[in-house]
Amino acid sequence: MSETSANAATPADAEDPILTVRDLRVFYGTPRGAARAVDRVSLTIRPGETLGVVGESGSGKSTLGRGILRLLPEGTGVDGEVLYKGQNLVKMTPDQLRRMRGPELGLIFQEPMTRLNPLLRIQEHFEEALKQHHPELKRDELRRRALAALGRTGIPPTRYRQYPHEFSGGMRQRIMIALALVLNPTLLIADEPTTALDVIVEAQIIRLLADLKKTTGTAVMLITHNLGIVAEACDRVAVMYGGKIVEEGDARSVFADPQHPYTQALLRSTISLETTELHTIPGAPPSLINPPQGCLFSPRCGHAMKVCARKAPAEQRLEDGRRVECWLHCPGAIPAGEEAPLERQEITVADEA
Amino acid sequence: MQTKPDTAPDAPAPDVPLVSVRNLKTWFEIRGGVLDRMLGRDAGTVKAVDDVTFDLARGEVLGLVGESGSGKSTLGRSLLGLVHATGGSASFEGQEVVGLDEPALRKLRSRMQMVFQDPHAALNPAMTIAQSVGHPLTIHGRLKGRDEIRAHVAKTLERVGLSPADTYMDKYPGDLSGGQKQRAVIARAIVLDPVLLVADEPVSMLDMSVRSKILKLMIDLKDQLGLTYLYITHDLASAKFFCDRIAILYLGKIVEIGEARALYAGPKHPYTEALLGAIPDPDPTRTIPRNLPRGEIPDAAKPPRGCAFHPRCPRAFAPCGWELRDLTPVLEARWAGMEEQAHLAERALIGEIPAEVMEGTTARLPAATPGGGADLLAMLERIRSEDPAEPFWTGIKEMRAEADHVAMEFHPALTPRLYAEGTTAAACHLLDPGLTHPRAAAAPVL
Ligand SMILES: Nc1ncnc2c1ncn2[C@@H]1O[C@H](COP(=O)(O)OP(=O)(O)OP(=O)(O)O)[C@@H](O)[C@H]1O
Ligand SMILES: Nc1ncnc2c1ncn2[C@@H]1O[C@H](COP(=O)(O)OP(=O)(O)OP(=O)(O)O)[C@@H](O)[C@H]1O
Ligand code: SF4
Ligand code: SF4
Ligand SMILES: [Mg+2]
Ligand SMILES: [Mg+2]
Repeated sequence: MSETSANAATPADAEDPILTVRDLRVFYGTPRGAARAVDRVSLTIRPGETLGVVGESGSGKSTLGRGILRLLPEGTGVDGEVLYKGQNLVKMTPDQLRRMRGPELGLIFQEPMTRLNPLLRIQEHFEEALKQHHPELKRDELRRRALAALGRTGIPPTRYRQYPHEFSGGMRQRIMIALALVLNPTLLIADEPTTALDVIVEAQIIRLLADLKKTTGTAVMLITHNLGIVAEACDRVAVMYGGKIVEEGDARSVFADPQHPYTQALLRSTISLETTELHTIPGAPPSLINPPQGCLFSPRCGHAMKVCARKAPAEQRLEDGRRVECWLHCPGAIPAGEEAPLERQEITVADEA
Repeated sequence: MQTKPDTAPDAPAPDVPLVSVRNLKTWFEIRGGVLDRMLGRDAGTVKAVDDVTFDLARGEVLGLVGESGSGKSTLGRSLLGLVHATGGSASFEGQEVVGLDEPALRKLRSRMQMVFQDPHAALNPAMTIAQSVGHPLTIHGRLKGRDEIRAHVAKTLERVGLSPADTYMDKYPGDLSGGQKQRAVIARAIVLDPVLLVADEPVSMLDMSVRSKILKLMIDLKDQLGLTYLYITHDLASAKFFCDRIAILYLGKIVEIGEARALYAGPKHPYTEALLGAIPDPDPTRTIPRNLPRGEIPDAAKPPRGCAFHPRCPRAFAPCGWELRDLTPVLEARWAGMEEQAHLAERALIGEIPAEVMEGTTARLPAATPGGGADLLAMLERIRSEDPAEPFWTGIKEMRAEADHVAMEFHPALTPRLYAEGTTAAACHLLDPGLTHPRAAAAPVL
C-alpha cells in the first residue's frame, strides 16, 4: 500500500479537491451547555485519495464524518461550509441531501448489523439501494452490478440470496462495503469500518479498501482510532484533538516526523510491536462544553508556554505542505516574555480519561 | 494489608508452578431447536477449551492470545471455577480446582481474582466506588466494622492511583472516566490480596493513551504485590510488551506456546505468523502482507478435522485434515472473481456440497444432473490446473468419475501434536520431520 500512496500523490495533487470543508462547526445541545464536538475544521479531499482521520475517543471524528453528510441528530448546530462539486452541503435541503447520499457520498459504519435489515436478503438490499438512485435499471442490470460489487469484495454469487445473519462479521462488513460501492460514490466515508473485527479479518478489509481505491478511484475518508490502520491505508492524515485538527499532512511524513506535541505524544503512547517502554499522556482530553483557554492541549503539553494558556495558536503551513496548530511553529508571533514555560499544578495520575 | 504472597506461611516450594493445567477441557453442549431434537439430530458440542496444558510460575505473566471465540475467556473462567470444566485438571497452589464445590471455590477465589474487559459493566452503577471495592471484604468476612473496611478500601484506591482516595470513595461509576473505572475494578480485584489475577482484556475497551496507563499500573502492582498474571488479549502488541510467556489459542487448542521473545522473533506456527503479520503498524515502512489467511474462524460446533487451522492456512498440505466441505470456500473465492456466465456454467455441473463433517477418507461430490460425473471431474481437473498452488488439492489422493458423482479419496486427517524446539513449542505438521511438505523445496519453512 505504501507504493500506492507515493503514486497517488502526484496525479492527485494536480486535480481540484472533490470535497472542501471550511470552518465547519458542529455543536450538540446538552443540559450543561453546547458541546463543540467539531470546532472550525477545514480540510480537502482530492479524487482517489484516502484521508485518515485519527484521534482519541470523543475527539469528534464521527461527528466530523456525519457532519459532512449532515447525518446528525435533530437540533444539532452546524455552521461553516462543506463544498462538494461546488455546492454547499450545509445549505442543502434534506431532500437534496438524500439524493446525494449513496451515488455521490457513501458511508460505511462500524457495526454492519445495525445497517443491514435482518428481514431482507442480500439481494433485496442491493435492489433497494440501486432502484432508489437508478429507477431506470432493468432487473438483469441490477443483478449484474450487485454481483460485480460483491465479487470485488470477495462475496460469491452463491450467497446472493442469503440473509445477513447467515454471514460472519467480516463478510457482513464486506457486504456493507459492496453496498456502498455499487452506487459508485465519488467519496466514501468509512467510520471505524474494522473496529469490531479480529486482527486477520481487519487486515483483509484494509487490503480490500486499499485495492479498491486503486481499481475504482473512489476517494475515502477513513475514520479510525488506530494509527496503524492509517499508516497502512492512507495517503494523508488529519489528527483531531478536542474537535480540532491539530496536525494534517502526508501520512508517511506525519508518522515519521510528527510536528505537533499532541501527535508526538499520541504516537509515543501507542503500543506497537516495537514498544520497549510505556509512555503516557498526563491528564485527560478537554471538556468540549467548557474548553480550556488558549491551546486545548496546553494543560497536558510538555512544551507549553505562557502564551499557550492564554491564546489559541494560529494554523501554520510548513514547507512540506503540512498544517500544524501550535505556537512552537510560529515563535515570531509570540508576545515578548510569553515564551517562558507555563507553570501549573501537577496533574494527578488518575485525573485522566 | 499482607505484603508479598511468597511470605505467606502456606506458600509451596518455589519450583512448584503456581498454576498447573493438564489436558483441560471445557465443552458446552448446545441444544438445537425442537425440530432438531424430533429428528434425533444432536445439535453439537462446542469444545471451547480442548485439551489445554500449561504451567504458570509464580510472578510470571502468561499471555493468552487468540481471535474472538478461540476460548480465551472460557479458559480463564474455568481456572477460577466460574465455569465448570468438563475434564482434565487445573491446580492452583497444589490444589485441584476442577470438580470443587462452590464453598471451596469461593475460598480459593480470594487468592485468585478476575479483571474483566468492560469496566462499565463490571461495576454496579448503584453502588459507590467504596462499596464496590469493599464488597469482597464483606463477602469474605475479612474485616469487621465499617471504619476498618473504609480504611482498607482507601489504601487500595491510593494504590491503584485513585488518589486522593477521599475524592473517589463516594462517587458512582457514572462519575468516572473509563480509565478510572478500570482502576476501580482492579482495586476490587486486589483488595483481598490475591496471588493470581486473571485479566480478561483489561485494556481492550480503553483509548490508546489510557491503555498504557493501565498496563503501567498492572506492572507496578505486580512488582509491589508479587502478583502473577494470566493476561487474556487479542492484541499481540500489548502482549509482547507485557508478557514473559505467550500461549496462542485457536478453536480451543494451544497452537503455539513459549517464551515471549522467542515466539515473536521466530513464530513457528503459520497462525502465529499470520497474526503477527496482520497487525497494522504505525511504522510506515511495515505493511500487511498479501498472503493473509482467507476467511474467518469457523463454526466452533463443527470444527475442521486434523489441524483446525487448515482451511485458512496458506501452508497446509496433505495430512492437515482436508475434507469435502473445504471445497466450498475454494469455489467461492474462484466464483467471486468470475463473470456471471462462466460462473453459472460451472455451477450448472456441480450438485450440493455437503456442509457436514466428513467421516473416513472417501467422499462423493454429486453432479448436478444424472450422468454428469465425467463432466464434473473434467471441471475439477481444470480448476485444479488453473490454480495448482491451492492447498486444498494436496489433500486429495485420487478423484474418479462415477455416473452421477465424482468419488474422492482424501489423505487421512492427522491432528498435529506440540513440537518443542528451543523455548517455544508449536502444533503444526510442518515441524514433524517425518512428514514431507510437497513444496518444501520451493518454500523453506522455518
Ligand atoms: N448526540 C450527541 N449529543 C451530545 N453529545 C454528543 C452526541 N454525539 C456525540 N457527542 C459528544 O461529542 C463528542 C465527539 O463525539 P464523536 O462521537 O464525534 O467522537 P469520536 O472521535 O468519533 O469518538 P469515538 O472514537 O469514541 O467514536 C463527544 O464528547 C461526545 O460525547
Ligand atoms: N456458556 C456458553 N455456552 C455455550 N457456548 C459458549 C459459552 N461460553 C462460550 N461459549 C463458546 O465457546 C467458544 C469460546 O468462547 P470464549 O468466550 O471463551 O472466546 P474468547 O476467546 O474469549 O473470545 P472473545 O475474544 O470474543 O472474548 C465460543 O465458540 C463461544 O461461543
Ligand atoms: S500551542 Fe503550546 S500548549 Fe499547544 S501544543 Fe503547542 S506548545 Fe503545546
Ligand atoms: S498443521 Fe501446520 S501446515 Fe497444516 S494446516 Fe495446521 S498450521 Fe497449516
Ligand atoms: Mg466515533
Ligand atoms: Mg473473551
